[in-house]
Amino acid sequence: MAIVTLTIDGEQLSAKDDESLLQVARQHKIDIPTLCHLDGISDVGACRLCLVEVEGWTKLAPACTTRPLEGMVVHTSTDRLKKYRRMIVGLLASEGNHQCAVCTVNNHCELQNLAYDVGLLYVRVPYLYPDKHIDASHESFILDHNRCVLCTRCVRVCHEVEGAHVWDIAGRGIDCEIISDLNQPWGSSESCTSCGKCVLVCPTGALVKKGESVAEMEKHTEFLKYIVTARRKGEWISVDTDEE
Amino acid sequence: MKLKVATVWLGGCSGCHMSLLDLDERLIDLADRITLVYSPIADVKDFPRDVDVTLVEGAVANVEHEEFAHLIRRNSRFVVSFGDCAVTGNVTAMRNGLDTEEVLKRSYVELADLTPRIPRDYPTIAELMPQARPLHEFITVDAFIHGCPPTADQIWTAVSELLEGKKPALSHVFLRYG
Amino acid sequence: MTVEDLQELAEQEQARQAKFSHRLMYCSAAGCVSCGSLNIRDMLKKALQEKNLADKVEVIGTGCMGLCGEGPLVKVLPEGTLYQRVDEAAAKRIVDEHLVQGPIVQDNVVDITHPFFAAQFKIVLENCGRIDAERIEEYIAVNGYEALARVVTEMQPGEVIEEVRKSGIRGRGGAGYPTGLKWGIVRKVPSDTKYVVCNADEGDPGAFMDRSVLEGDPHRILEGMAIAGYAIGAQQGYIYVRAEYPLAIERLRLAIKQAERVGLLGNRILESQFNFRIDLRIGAGAFVCGEETALIRSIEGRRGRPRPRPPYPSERGLWGMPTLLNNVETFANIAPIIRNGSSWFNAIGIPKSTGTKVFALAGKIRNTGLIEVPMGIPLRKIVFDMGGGTPEGTEFKAAQTGGPSGGCIPAEHLDVPVDYESLNAVGSIMGSGGMIVMDSTSQMVDVAKYFMDFCKDESCGKCIPCRVGTVHIHGLLEKIAAGKATTDDLGLLEELCVMVKETSLCGLGQSAPNPVLSTLRFFRHEYEELLKQPETFVPSGNGNDPTTH
Repeated sequence: MAIVTLTIDGEQLSAKDDESLLQVARQHKIDIPTLCHLDGISDVGACRLCLVEVEGWTKLAPACTTRPLEGMVVHTSTDRLKKYRRMIVGLLASEGNHQCAVCTVNNHCELQNLAYDVGLLYVRVPYLYPDKHIDASHESFILDHNRCVLCTRCVRVCHEVEGAHVWDIAGRGIDCEIISDLNQPWGSSESCTSCGKCVLVCPTGALVKKGESVAEMEKHTEFLKYIVTARRKGEWISVDTDEE
Repeated sequence: MKLKVATVWLGGCSGCHMSLLDLDERLIDLADRITLVYSPIADVKDFPRDVDVTLVEGAVANVEHEEFAHLIRRNSRFVVSFGDCAVTGNVTAMRNGLDTEEVLKRSYVELADLTPRIPRDYPTIAELMPQARPLHEFITVDAFIHGCPPTADQIWTAVSELLEGKKPALSHVFLRYG
Repeated sequence: MTVEDLQELAEQEQARQAKFSHRLMYCSAAGCVSCGSLNIRDMLKKALQEKNLADKVEVIGTGCMGLCGEGPLVKVLPEGTLYQRVDEAAAKRIVDEHLVQGPIVQDNVVDITHPFFAAQFKIVLENCGRIDAERIEEYIAVNGYEALARVVTEMQPGEVIEEVRKSGIRGRGGAGYPTGLKWGIVRKVPSDTKYVVCNADEGDPGAFMDRSVLEGDPHRILEGMAIAGYAIGAQQGYIYVRAEYPLAIERLRLAIKQAERVGLLGNRILESQFNFRIDLRIGAGAFVCGEETALIRSIEGRRGRPRPRPPYPSERGLWGMPTLLNNVETFANIAPIIRNGSSWFNAIGIPKSTGTKVFALAGKIRNTGLIEVPMGIPLRKIVFDMGGGTPEGTEFKAAQTGGPSGGCIPAEHLDVPVDYESLNAVGSIMGSGGMIVMDSTSQMVDVAKYFMDFCKDESCGKCIPCRVGTVHIHGLLEKIAAGKATTDDLGLLEELCVMVKETSLCGLGQSAPNPVLSTLRFFRHEYEELLKQPETFVPSGNGNDPTTH
């Protein structure tokens, strides 16, 4: 571990070189939007919302899996990045069926909050209105594929924290879906411990507790902060841990 | 000169128009500054030409809506998607995963108190489109007022900006779905 | 086995072959097999028996001889006469007339002085059409494993890498990263365990260069990988080959077994301290598994999805170990480089792109098939001299290189030299070797739509821009092709393409919009002809504009 000096959005900062750009930025109250990232589980760089510009680099870099380097000059909210973030959230909105009843006003949906943050006035691409199903076979929880944004937080928290690895992804491209066990109904899963961690980390209403009205739906990602503390230092950049 | 304003009700619940009426005493202010040239709350048969601003509530859900949308576009300088159904499809689009036949049956047969039948023998009733879709997928839309329904304050801000000759930029203050 | 034993094996095989007056090489690669070459083999054997020539003439299944559109192909050695469209009657005539009486069967003979053959320069495909792919002895008889022998007995790993570096060879998978540099990086990463991986997951539509090498000369790949293993300090190699190539898999399995049996793979290769094993891993048909990080995950038995780089596989690859990943064609070049020296290789092609490149020529062109040409050759020469131009009555419109990641090169750039930088400059890429020619009957919007359809189906779904963006790009192309799109839609299409290119996680997504962007660059009018203006306000008389008053 070494200390490096870098510039983010014009601010000169020092950072440990085993942290991520995202961590460094957030420590300095520079906000970069994220969706697949969650403190306490590995990063996969999949949602592309945290892409930043690094001077001298030809490609945009995901802040969650990029380490700070000496002399690096980073820009986190250029017009180009803002436009891409808006387009990405627009793509997400077009991909699912996000007609939701109650959480539209309780502000618990991270997808909706993201849409506000990036200023998504309307979705420019046509809505796909996919034919998705709901798995309500589990005694305590419901999985609604209509609202799933495939962030794989559930996959990772189940594998990395609970150690059960119930969740995986099946299918390709737009047909990707979260599956439990080997694509068996969640209720018949033998690996699921019913711990509910996946429900707590789900950014939308795709995974919810059964029996509670959605009005009461609240997400609790705080439990992961204890895990962050417990994890060995320098392990944040676990991009090739078992995501799925 | 008064601004010529129209409001249109497509595939929506009329909640956005209710919200418009929630402007309450501000309506009196407004009446001095605009002429309402077409609206579900005004007795006008045909959509006029040379409308300055048209607020469109609701998604495009049937063939009549689609045709109307094009007429609105040709006849209006400024078209505003008014409320979430126009902007995203929202509640109106919740039927999109279903077959139109199932939708009609549910609405006209299963939930009917009297004479349960699908009104097919009336040629004046427009054919349902396979999916209800947001307005901007059919015509160019100039501004968006969000909300299900938009609040009276939102509408007031947007209309005030239009009256000042500005394109409404209420997105950042009022961007909210639902 | 010692180096002397290897030499002896070569001599034995040469002596064995010398006993035959002729060798009849029928193509046993997938293309010719599919049009009946195995039947022709039986026919040739039967005809030879009838003429009592079975002891004097050998019938051998060999690798791709290039002119795939005219199969089945049979070559008569030592003369080198090549016959095309050999049916049963022709097979009998080849034996009865050519072998017994002497005159060539004019009805089926191929003019091998035609530029399609004469302009080729064969390194990678040098043994295809010359040897039996299923016998290690034949490979050894044409200097096979000589380079490996020299490497393990006479050269230090650093020297091997230096030789590869000096040859100037660049990755043949398409991106063109300098191979020597890559080897040097993997060598420098300290680790007891390292891996060599051969990417044989050739997935571009219409591309079959790698398959032909694997089917026609599998030992060449094993030798190249073993040399790489020695150079970087690895003892294990994997060939990741797609399941759609059953013949290649069969021949690779056989080749590995043969090489192990004679001690050219396994422990103490050629009595040296060097151990190297190679195993096959069969891909299940996902295009994205040709992306290196996804390929590695797939070998590990996990879902083949790419991950962000860095760390690159050269630092953290297979099971977290430093891993050297090269394409089939790259490995196929290694043994000749060592055998003939880097300066020999360096002199072929042009300074920044040395050596040769194999292309699968397809589409609206008279001569289709596999060609190996020196780098820097003008595209015009490939299309018109070698390929014979477009069919009668049509005009050349564009050549598509690089498959779904590449672009279209229009007629005005026909003189572009085929090398990495020049192709990039005209908006395409070298790619792995697919080359599809389009003529005046091809619609460029349809071409772009075809490739985008492929990309959206093959997206792994991990990152949002590729998963959802490709679907919408495809949808917009369909809308344009159907004549329903407006100029606004075209604007959105362009914005989406640039966004998907710049924000996607892996090479597949980053290059997926290329076919659209390159056709837009050169054939924009074909898109625009299909568009209509978006509807706007039509004033009737007096009115006040709220935005200006």
